[in-house]
Amino acid sequence: MGFLDIDNATKSYGAVEVLHKVDISVEEGEFLVLVGPSGCGKSTLLNMIAGLEEITSGEIRIKDQVMNGVHPSKRNIAMVFQSYALYPNMTVRGNISFGMEMHGIPKAERDRKIGEVAELLQIIPLLDRKPGQLSGGQRQRVAMGRALTRDPDVFLFDEPLSNLDAKLRVDMRTEIKKLHQNLGTTIVYVTHEQIEAMTLSTRIAVMNGGYVQQLGTPKDIYDTPANLFVATFMGSPSMNLLEVEIETAETGLRVSTTNAQGAPLHLTLDNPSDALRQFAGRKAVLGLRPEALTDAEGVDQRSVHIERFENTVSVVEPAGSDTFVTTVLGGKDCIARMRSDTPVSAGAPVTFAANMEKVVFFDPVSEARIP
Amino acid sequence: MSVASQDSGMRQGRVARVFIYLVLLLFGLFYLLPLYVMGVNSFKPLSEITGGGMMALPEVWTVEPWLKAWSTAQIGVEPTGLRPYFWNSISMVVPAVAISTVLGALNGYVLTKWRFRGDTILFGLMLFACFIPFQIVLIPMAAVLGTLGLAGTTAGLVLVHLVYGIGFSTLYFRNYYAVFPTELVRAAQIDGAGFFRIFWRILLPSSGPISVVCIIWQFTNIWNDFLFGASFASGGGAPMTVALNNLVQSSTGVKEYNVHFAGAILAALPTLLVYIVAGRYFVRGLMAGSVKG
Ligand SMILES: Nc1ncnc2c1ncn2[C@@H]1O[C@H](COP(=O)(O)OP(=O)(O)OP(=O)(O)O)[C@@H](O)[C@H]1O
Ligand SMILES: [Mg+2]
Repeated sequence: MGFLDIDNATKSYGAVEVLHKVDISVEEGEFLVLVGPSGCGKSTLLNMIAGLEEITSGEIRIKDQVMNGVHPSKRNIAMVFQSYALYPNMTVRGNISFGMEMHGIPKAERDRKIGEVAELLQIIPLLDRKPGQLSGGQRQRVAMGRALTRDPDVFLFDEPLSNLDAKLRVDMRTEIKKLHQNLGTTIVYVTHEQIEAMTLSTRIAVMNGGYVQQLGTPKDIYDTPANLFVATFMGSPSMNLLEVEIETAETGLRVSTTNAQGAPLHLTLDNPSDALRQFAGRKAVLGLRPEALTDAEGVDQRSVHIERFENTVSVVEPAGSDTFVTTVLGGKDCIARMRSDTPVSAGAPVTFAANMEKVVFFDPVSEARIP
Repeated sequence: MSVASQDSGMRQGRVARVFIYLVLLLFGLFYLLPLYVMGVNSFKPLSEITGGGMMALPEVWTVEPWLKAWSTAQIGVEPTGLRPYFWNSISMVVPAVAISTVLGALNGYVLTKWRFRGDTILFGLMLFACFIPFQIVLIPMAAVLGTLGLAGTTAGLVLVHLVYGIGFSTLYFRNYYAVFPTELVRAAQIDGAGFFRIFWRILLPSSGPISVVCIIWQFTNIWNDFLFGASFASGGGAPMTVALNNLVQSSTGVKEYNVHFAGAILAALPTLLVYIVAGRYFVRGLMAGSVKG
């Protein structure tokens, strides 16, 4: 039993099922991020937790109390919406106090609370303005202020940063993270930005087509994606995926692919898992993050298994802190992440180092990761 | 070369513009002509009108026709002037406009923010009220009013206009609220506000423009209605429009055109006033619904 339990929750609109038996258990103080492409059902799930959408079947429990059919205002949750949903006709003060007013909290208590929250979010000078007179970031803060006054069991955020420009988004992201660290309240946060998901969460649920594809810590999701969808969705630039042959070698297994010229290229595998051994003689999809494919000197020195090979560079993209180098492996473009001052030039050969400890394999048919 | 051609182009533009303004001015004057004729003749003694010269300004200015139309002219058989009928109209228009606007707003709120199965069909049916010709409902309506015991009363007229008005007011408010962000309603729900509280505190304060549109529309339609007034109101309970007709019809002997003109202006005055006071909101409100938010 967790703090917030989503137990086999299903949502249908008429005959169309948009969420299929979602099962997530959230511990107290966790920061759970629901991430996935547009239309995958993130908002629907969040609205079901909030009580704004009915649960078709299954159960949602907060602190072991079944929430099915309980009115949103009785669930002790607070929600921050994508458009902030500030009441346009009320001042910032009015917006923050409205919820408390509806719950019959006396005026003096409300004022004290508003002062407290305004102080925390640094919006005291804005209290008498209307939402129309605020910038995007300020509106965002007010929306959070409104949610904060409720001392909720669970905070729900629906893409709260998607209307902000890039710089402000990063700042507000940090602010939300700080807020979570200070208050320790349980948060469920929806986004379609994988970077937001990685930086904010204690756990991530990657969703697609109404299914939870993987639920785990950011590290789990990043290092051992459950399937090809998660592998491509999380990470930027995304994971390199090559269709390769698994072959038996004298030390165990080796991977066979081709280099830029089409000549065979072999990478050995130490201690392959039993499941992978089953693939000997067959094809599998090899996944390698760009940062695990580097120049010979930039490779993680603690790695016990590094494979070096030479290959022709096709494109060089300096990005300041790193240089992204594209090369062709197995007929497909692969991106390597090299140190910024690595001497590489397009068309010339260079030595690549692959950190084989970070390699993952996927079944090409089921698309699931081979453990 | 290019400078010269640009110059002549500008000159041509100016000529065209002067021409356009002239034409517009002409049309404007043409439309104002009836008002002018009514205005000047209502301030003339009758002899000046019958002596010819409808267009001329009065030689002797007099408010006598206005006073007569208002308080002593013969309406039907009673020499009461239009005054009692003016109050009849007011006591019909005010409740009919107020109630149909409030109900329209509530309908619009429910149809957009508390959607239910079949709501679009219901809305489509309500729209019929906007398109059914008045004549079709006269007889059934008379029967209904008779059954309710409201035949010939102002309350009956209010009911008739209410039933007809709700179609339009619902249309206005539904379209206005359709682009009103639903997230605001959801936020208010989480804040603990109920059905009416959300309507009263969140939606209504933002409904100024569309309320003005609705009120102007209902006011002019109900005030100017003749058919229902003539059909469902009897004698002393008739609205202004019916009384005006009686005033014009019931002249014994000479037709007092000056009094008729004054009476007609009196009958049109309230709608004119409403337009002058709130007209610019009317245009603004109509635009607000059409531009996607
Ligand atoms: N009222 C509705 N009737 C029918 N289908 C709906 C309704 N609301 C949402 N859906 C469908 O449910 C699915 C999930 O929608 P949802 O809004 O949860 O997506 P999302 O993951 O939040 O996407 P986004 O990132 O674009 O906000 C979508 O395919 C959508 O078309
Ligand atoms: Mg969404």
